[in-house]
Parts: sequence; structure tokens; C-alpha cells
Amino acid sequence: MTTTPLRLYQVGTFAAGNRLLDPSERTVQSSADRASSITSGHRACRGCGEALAARVVMDAAMRATGGRLVTVNATGCLEVFSTPFPESAWQVPWLHSLFGNAAAVASGVAAAMRATGRDDVRVLAQAGDGGTVDIGLGCLSGMFERNDDVLFVCYDNQGYMNTGVQRSGATPAGASTANTRPVGSGIGNAFGTGKNLPRIAMAHEIPYVATATIADLHDLEAKVTSAMSRRGARYLHVLVPCPLGWGSDASDTVRVARLATQSGLFPVFEAEHGTVTQVTPIRRRVPVEEYLRLQTRFRHLFTEPGRPDVVAALQAQADRDIARYGLDPEEES
Amino acid sequence: MRRQLEGSLAVADTVARCRPRVVAAYPISPQTHIVEALSELVASGGLAPCEYLTVESEFGALSACIGASAAGARTYTATASQGLLFMAEALPNASGLGLPMVMTVANRALGAPINIWNDHSDALSQRDAGWLMLFASSNQEAVDLHVQAFALSERTSLPVMVCMDGFVLTHAVEEVDVPEQEQVDAFLPDFHPRQSLDPDHPVTIGAMVGPEAFTEVKYLMAHRQLRALDEVSAVAQEFESAFGRTSGGLLQPYRTDGAELVVVALGSVLGSLADVVDELRDEGLAVGALGICCYRPWPFDEVRDALRGVTDVVVVNRAVAVGSGSILGQDVRLSAPRGTAVHDVVLGLGGRPVTRDVLRRLVLDVVTGRVGSDSLTFFDLDHDRAAAELARELADTVPANGGGS
Amino acid sequence: MKLDVRIHGRGGQGVVTAAELLSVAAFDQGLHAQALPSFGSERTGAPVTASCRISDRPIRSHDPVSHPDLVMVQDLTLLRDPAVLAGLPDDGTVLVNTRRDLADLARGGLVMGPAQHWVTVPANDLSRELLGRPLPNTALIGAVVGITGLLEPEAVAGSIRRRFAGLGEHVADANVRLAELAYDLVATQTRGSGTHA
Repeated sequence: MTTTPLRLYQVGTFAAGNRLLDPSERTVQSSADRASSITSGHRACRGCGEALAARVVMDAAMRATGGRLVTVNATGCLEVFSTPFPESAWQVPWLHSLFGNAAAVASGVAAAMRATGRDDVRVLAQAGDGGTVDIGLGCLSGMFERNDDVLFVCYDNQGYMNTGVQRSGATPAGASTANTRPVGSGIGNAFGTGKNLPRIAMAHEIPYVATATIADLHDLEAKVTSAMSRRGARYLHVLVPCPLGWGSDASDTVRVARLATQSGLFPVFEAEHGTVTQVTPIRRRVPVEEYLRLQTRFRHLFTEPGRPDVVAALQAQADRDIARYGLDPEEES
Repeated sequence: MRRQLEGSLAVADTVARCRPRVVAAYPISPQTHIVEALSELVASGGLAPCEYLTVESEFGALSACIGASAAGARTYTATASQGLLFMAEALPNASGLGLPMVMTVANRALGAPINIWNDHSDALSQRDAGWLMLFASSNQEAVDLHVQAFALSERTSLPVMVCMDGFVLTHAVEEVDVPEQEQVDAFLPDFHPRQSLDPDHPVTIGAMVGPEAFTEVKYLMAHRQLRALDEVSAVAQEFESAFGRTSGGLLQPYRTDGAELVVVALGSVLGSLADVVDELRDEGLAVGALGICCYRPWPFDEVRDALRGVTDVVVVNRAVAVGSGSILGQDVRLSAPRGTAVHDVVLGLGGRPVTRDVLRRLVLDVVTGRVGSDSLTFFDLDHDRAAAELARELADTVPANGGGS
Repeated sequence: MKLDVRIHGRGGQGVVTAAELLSVAAFDQGLHAQALPSFGSERTGAPVTASCRISDRPIRSHDPVSHPDLVMVQDLTLLRDPAVLAGLPDDGTVLVNTRRDLADLARGGLVMGPAQHWVTVPANDLSRELLGRPLPNTALIGAVVGITGLLEPEAVAGSIRRRFAGLGEHVADANVRLAELAYDLVATQTRGSGTHA
């Protein structure tokens, strides 16, 4: 494919910066011949973190597999906004079956590819946090323990956004959702609940587990590429802010994701066979408050009289994970 | 080759000869012997290339089959009872997406109370799931129906359920002519799916359909199901020419010519029923039997034709639709010619044997007017026990004089 | 020609295997046959029944045998259950695994239906001798062959051999020998005083 030589004065500094990198380090998205696996024109909300993540993940996986990719999608926002019949945003073979079975369906696809001599075709399953940590956990755990050759990507927006923002097993403590309203002395979603799926995945000792956010697309692409270079069950957990459900500004999606990592609330790391092998250190550590204040789901923590105790508890949670994963380079040294 | 072997093993051998590429199954009695045998065949390489997935649940089993079928592989699973219900969400998904696959249902009762024995509650509860449903009356037919099912499924691009009575057939050792590999290969062409997940030709399968088109999609599904009736007959006829024996098809009438009373039933009870019909014919009673092999789609016209001129129809229901009556009986009523008395009878639930004595008594009770046609009859019921329990419940809920316990 | 057998025993005694072995032997000699287990959950020691039909005509029915020509009782303690002899006609046969003789059983109140033909075989003892364990199955099958005269001893031996082939030749041999021993014993008994007429 021919490309027009780029002149620096034609574009903003971010894009130009990408092109100043060594070609091997450039993002998939910066390439004119990227797969564009999800075309524009789909029905995602403005500022949707999931749509951005899915595009980046899919294009990276397409590049890593040379276009030999099939994807299975759980029910959820991604499925709904991308395939309103008779339209489809997908430029890859795409199958949606049910909410809770994406992992098992993907296992079936992978088995079929193996049995029919098409091992070169790789399988990527994707689901939201509901379809991953809650209703889809049984099938996902089965896929993990059989070590089926599937990369399962969870786009975690921390709740059931498609059905009107109810809590899921991935909703953080203190968050207000449609069914965890901070009424009376309530704080929203309770402490001591929820599950940490990357750690559950690691407990299965599968070849590869990683977390990422849409705040670092280079990192996200690199992890998809790394995942696709391996065989067996792999799990990628991507934090994707949801302006609708989180009450954040549509223009703040990337910023919110970045603050989630920089506050320590969302550790970014890689693990192989159950052991953490790589962490992304925090560059500029921020108090959790900086992250929480951008989202109306945490507003009740800051309106008079406020809940400094809850904020402190969340800060403690972040501090614990920073220590656990060694995310603070200064503390580590 | 004719062999004396267990029904499950005969079915497993036959399924293997149909060369499935993916088998996914979760163990549940009485289906286990079938999938155990298949897992062994896969492990020994006797079925290569084939992948056997030991899934975490029946929901996972059918989901894996959905993925495998969508990826273009011939796909098989087996289940029973609660397992079928655990698949319930995925059943209409497989049919709605038009994915061919074959599933054996080793028919077993549904709980509560938990019961592992045979009746038809499981399969009949899923009658509207959009699957073709075939019922085997013997192990020979079970074997033959599996070969036919793969052909049917792939021609119609619909999933097919082959129902065989749990334990009664699955665990019965009897003589079966298991089709030879060459015969099956000649009968069953390679699987060429209508749609398949293929990077060279990307398709979107499972899009969301709104009110503007949903009704039309459902209309087409209903249309396709009914059109499959012709395929069921056609495949059965082709099977007969290829294998030299009659198996499957829509209906199996037995001595219905000139019959005034016809007993309609599904499954393994048909053998005993034929024996009883012979006995009663010898005694001068004009009785016959009508086996329903193809339960879904329901052969409306064929059943109506088979029952024309019959005065009394007795429906043997091996499942209850609590709150409304019977299931098979309601289908039969749709097709019974005007003026026919339909005697709707429930028996043989949860493994209670439907013996020849019971069937004989049933027919004679209908003839002598002891089994009516105005309401559902529980036949072979321990009336004393049921009445005692009802009386006790009544005493518990309506305390005499407002006191006591 | 037909023979309907009902087998009563306990989980682990090989009730279902016995029915299958008889059916396979019958099939091998060109007859039609069917073995039907009536399963419970898989628990050792629980009462289990199985049916076997043998006929020179194809068998259509799949209901359990309710009018047996012969009832095989693998465990004596089951005899107190009235279901064991249910449906057995007056000229039917009861084959019991016991070292006690018939008079002794009668004294114990275990013999009902005086018109029936009773045969006892110490199958546990025979099995203990040959196999080192009380597995009454094959001995009782040998007895059925002796009593009914319907099955060819060679067909039965073949069916036993195939069934136990996986356990080694000596196990298969011992089981065939067990069947033969019981066959001989029954032959003597039916000629002698063991029958209950």
C-alpha cells in the first residue's frame, strides 16, 4: 500500500510523534494498512472506552495473526452497538451467541479449527465485565483449566451498563449504581465484595494474564501481540471507562483511565503461568481522590458532609496494590 | 454387522462413524456411556481428527458445539434431563443461528423430586426450541436415526435432537446392526456449512435484530421447520434404499388399517405396544398403534391422515404439563379429525415401567369406558396413596373448629 | 420358544453382567436376546434387578420381565422380598445362590410357591474356590444353562471368555470353569433329590 509522506506541520504533535518513532515501535493504529476490524459508524456512546479498546485490541490481534482471526463476542454493549441488523461494524469473522458462554463458544471454535486442520486461524473472545466475572465465569474457568487456545479479552467498565448501570462483580466499592444507590447512610457498592478476575485467571496457572487500560494504547497493543504469540488459554483484562455509567465527561475517558492506573486503583501488569513477570510502574502517583472526583458515581463521597472514611479506605486499597505489585518506583528502590 | 451390545455403545460407535470433528459433553446419567465411549475413541485416535472437550457444564457443552458448528465442524453432544434444561438458553440460540449439530437426549425425568429414570419430560419441555426432534423406538432405530440426523441437520442447517429412552434403551443390550464405515461414508457427504467463520470470507453471525425485522426472522424459522418435514421423509427413504431397512420417517403406524382404536406414543414403549396390539387383534379388537418418530416439526397432516376413521385415540404421555394437562396429547388433538375421541393418558413417569400388562389394561379400560376423553387420566396411579396424601394436606390446611394443628 | 429370566442381586454381584452374558450367548448361537438392567444409583450392596429375554423370534418389547420363566437369586437375603417371586408362574423356576439345601430353606420359611421348581447352587463357595472371591455370577449362568437346556455351553463359555478377556486368560478360564461346575452340579441336582417338586 502506498502512503503519502508526512509533513510535520500537517498534523498534531501526538500523531507526528508516533511517526517519529522507529517503525517497529509504532502503534498498529498509526499504520495506514491496519485492519480496521471495527469500522466507524457503529452506535457506541461518545467517549466510549470499550469501543476504543476493542478497535485497538482487534487491530493488534489481526496484525499479530496476519489476519487469520475469528472473534466471539458475548452479549453486551460491544455486541449491541456493533451489530444492529442489517448492519455490522465487523470486518472480521464474528460470532455472537449468548451473554454467559463466549469462552465456551470460543473453545468450540478453536477445537473446530484444530480438528479441521486450520490451526493457523486464531480465536479471540471478548466480553464485558458482566459476561466475564459474573455470568460467564463458569465457562471461562472451564476454558482456562482446559488451556484451550483462546485469548479472552474482558473490557471492564465495572458494571452492567447495557442494562442501565447496575453493579457487577467488578464494580468498585463506594460506587453508586442503579442498584447500589448511596441512600441513607449507605456508601454505594459495599466494601468486601467483587472479584479480581486477573488473579482468578492467574490461579488457573494459564500461560498468560495481563491487565491494561485505554490510557496506554502502546501497552495494550503490545500485550495483545504478546498474547497472540503464545498458544493456550490467555486472559487480557482492559479497564475501559464508561462516561454513561461512571458519570465522567466523554472527553475525559482516557484521562480517567490514566488516573485509575496512576492512583494505584488499577494495577497494570503481566503474569505468566500464575506468576507476575512485569508491572507498569506509576509515573506520577496521584491520590485516589483525583480519580474519584472526575466521576459522578463517587460524587456522594465528596458532597457535604462527605465520606472521607470511604475515600481513605479506597486509598488504602490503592496503597495495598501499589505495594503488592511494586508499582511505585520510588518505594520499590 | 449385527452385534449384541449395549444401546449406548451402539450409538457411540455409530456417531463415531459419522465422523464428528468436535464432541463436547458433560456427564449426566443415563447419557454417560455414550460419551465415555466416544472420549475413548477420540483418545485412542480411532476417531481422528476429532476434538473431545470435557466442558464444565451442559451450558458449556452446547456453547462449545455452537462455536464448533459455526466454525464449520461436524459437531455432536449428548445429555439428559437437568442437563438439557441447563442448556435451555443455548438451545434456541443454536437453532436460531441455523447451526447444524446432533445431540442425543437419553430421556430422563425432571426434578424435583430428583429422579434419574426414564420419561419424556426433558425433551418435551424443549419442544419449542427450534430443534428437529426424533424419537427412537429401539436401539436399532436409535443407531439409524443418528446417521439420518447428521444428514438432516446439515441439509436443513438446523440442529437435531435424537431422543432415546434413558436406561430402557441406553443400557439395554440387544442386537443392533451398526452401520459400517463405508456405508455411512457413502450416505453422509462431507459437511459443507451454509455459513462459517472464515477469515477469507468474514461473516457476522448473531447480530441484534430489532422490531422492524424480528417477526420476519421468526416467520422464516417457522417456515423452515415445517419444510423440514419433507426432508425427514426423504432422508428416511434414502436411508432405506442405502441400508435396506426401515427406520425413522415421520410416523410409524402399526396395524392401523381398519383400526377403531389407535394408541399414539413416542419411544421405546412402541415395541411392547406392538405386542399388545397383536394380542388384542387376535382377540378380535380392532386396535392399532401410531408411533411418532418425528416429534418436531409436528407432522400435522400425516397424523390427521393416520387417524382418519378412528373412533378412539389413546395418547400415551410420558410427561405432564402441570397446570394444563399433557404435551403430546395437545399435539395429537391439533391433528385428530373432528369427532375423534382423544383419551389423554399419563403413565410411565420417572421410570415406572410401561409393561404390556399396563398397556393391555389401558386399551381395555378405554374400550369399556373407564378412561374418558374429557380430561387427563393418570393411569397406573396408586390412587389410595394419592388420596391419602390429599386428605392429609386438606386436614393440615383447614384446621377443624379453627384450632389444633 | 422363549425364555424370560429375571435376576435379583446386589450392586457389585454382577447382576447386569449376568443378564448381558446370557443375552450374548443366546445371540451367538443365533437366537434373539435382550438384556435390560433396571438401574438405581450406582451403590454397592443395594438390591438390583435385571431382565434377560431369549427367543427364536425378534424381541420388540423393552419393558422389564414381569412374568419370568426363571428367577435367579444371587443373594439369599433378597428372598424375603415378595417382589423377587412376583409374576413367576407355578411352573416357573427359582435358582438360588446358597449352600443350604432346599429343606433347610423351607425350614427357614424362605420357600414360597410350592409348585415351583427350586434349584440351589453354592455359587459363592464355588467362586471362592476358583476366583478367591465370592462372585456368584458365572456359576449361576452355568446353572441356567443346565436347568433350561436352551443355551449351548460353548456359546456361554465364549460369551464369558470375551467378557473377561481384559482381566487375563486365567480369570476368563476360571469363570468358564465355574459355569461348567455349576452346570454339572445342577444336572446332578435335577436328577437327584435337590429339586422341589
